[in-house]
Amino acid sequence: MIRLTDIHKAFGSNHVLRGVNLHVPRGTSMVIIGGSGTGKSIALKCILGLVTHDSGTIEVDGQDVRKGDRDAFLARFGMLFQGGALFDSLPVWQNVAFRLMRGSLKRPRAEAREIAIEKLRRVGLKPDVADKLPAELSGGMQKRVGLARAIAAEPEIIFFDEPTTGLDPIMAGVINELIREIVTEMGATAMTITHDMTSVRAIADNVAMLHDGVIKWTGPVAQMDNSGDPYLDQFIHGRATGPIEAVR
Amino acid sequence: MIALYPLAALGRAVLALLAAIGRFAIFTGQTVSHLVRPPFYPREFGQAMMQIGYFSLPVVGLTALFTGGALALQIYAGGARFSAEAVVPQIVAIGMVRELGPVLVGLMIAARVTSSIAAEIATMKVTEQIDALVTLSTHPMKYLTLPRVLAATLVMPLLVGVGDIIGIYGGFLVGTERLGFNAATYLKNTADFLELRDIVSSLAKGAVFGFIAALMGCYYGMNSTRGAMGVGRATKGSVVAAAVLILAANFILTEAFFAL
Repeated sequence: MIRLTDIHKAFGSNHVLRGVNLHVPRGTSMVIIGGSGTGKSIALKCILGLVTHDSGTIEVDGQDVRKGDRDAFLARFGMLFQGGALFDSLPVWQNVAFRLMRGSLKRPRAEAREIAIEKLRRVGLKPDVADKLPAELSGGMQKRVGLARAIAAEPEIIFFDEPTTGLDPIMAGVINELIREIVTEMGATAMTITHDMTSVRAIADNVAMLHDGVIKWTGPVAQMDNSGDPYLDQFIHGRATGPIEAVR
Repeated sequence: MIALYPLAALGRAVLALLAAIGRFAIFTGQTVSHLVRPPFYPREFGQAMMQIGYFSLPVVGLTALFTGGALALQIYAGGARFSAEAVVPQIVAIGMVRELGPVLVGLMIAARVTSSIAAEIATMKVTEQIDALVTLSTHPMKYLTLPRVLAATLVMPLLVGVGDIIGIYGGFLVGTERLGFNAATYLKNTADFLELRDIVSSLAKGAVFGFIAALMGCYYGMNSTRGAMGVGRATKGSVVAAAVLILAANFILTEAFFAL
């Protein structure tokens, strides 16, 4: 479904991605782990075209992401951003229904609102949240609104950028469960970035460890604990000593 | 080699300046090109008209009123030195319509609207809302930049017109209530002295200043760097750049309209 081949990306002298190779099969949930600043978010943004990669190819269903109809390409994606990235000036329901009120997926306003409320209910939020502004919601609720927005148009591919960062363990558990349910229910292909090992075990079918600009290890989540890879081992056990330097 | 360091620094500064001009030119070209390429967002355009036009009326009105009044006092006091106190209505009218109206309204809009646009878009950038727009198949230039720039360009002539009228009224108030001018004579002198060219130049300046003010807000907002400092820098930079460009454009337009 999604294939990254020898992806390089540098910002000036800072070479963030140094040849990333990764394959995410259709209908599976891939979780990318790795230390802060290792380029996980950049990799996702390269797939979406938010950041232009310097070299290598990214294909979705065999089609180079740089070619073809961009609107049609983006219509296949949903994304939950780390901070929610909700539009401050719009009420919650218009945030959720944003895509349904514009462009090729445009619906009548009443229908878009109905779908938004249904999606809010799907992520455990009551309909009275619909008319509030994002600033009136807690961090956990904003995350859930972001999740509702990501699934509103029922995309084939969903990206989650650190979905549980900044949430308490119970709310993080709720979000993890929701993501797993939604991905299974919708049959979507998911890519998640996280540092949270509880999330990894809850969400992932497959795991990829990104370090020093390359994928150090990738495989099924069940094999993660016995991978024999010193980088992955250090990361999942949170050891200060090992091949990954604590000060980067 | 050391002797060449200042030259190298100068070269870097020139290259950086040229690159900045190039980026701004591309941004301007892209904004204008979206004018004729759908989709369009009428709701966002309407909101921008309200924000930039309607909600700027109080500040524009007050600025023009006090400026017109002060201008009448200054002309009266200055004119008294060579017995030309009687020209107050004519000079207030020409001063407000040709220069002070458009320039002061332009600068007030730069302070109120440019800063607000830059801060809003820069905050959207640092909180990934711009990226979110892209992932939701919405072009940020079409959704954020074009409605604001178009609204400012269309609404600014109206604001300048209102500013001109209120400024003249400020002069009229001071002239009749404080300086003892006859009201009917004051109005007649004002109307007789103004030419169509004065009004056209005033409104045209308004449109150009509105374009500049909104464009600078959008440009600095879209190109802001990360964090609160980035938002602050974008806001400050946008207002300074808009103010300087408005004054420069005013000179060029004055030359174009009134050069002998």
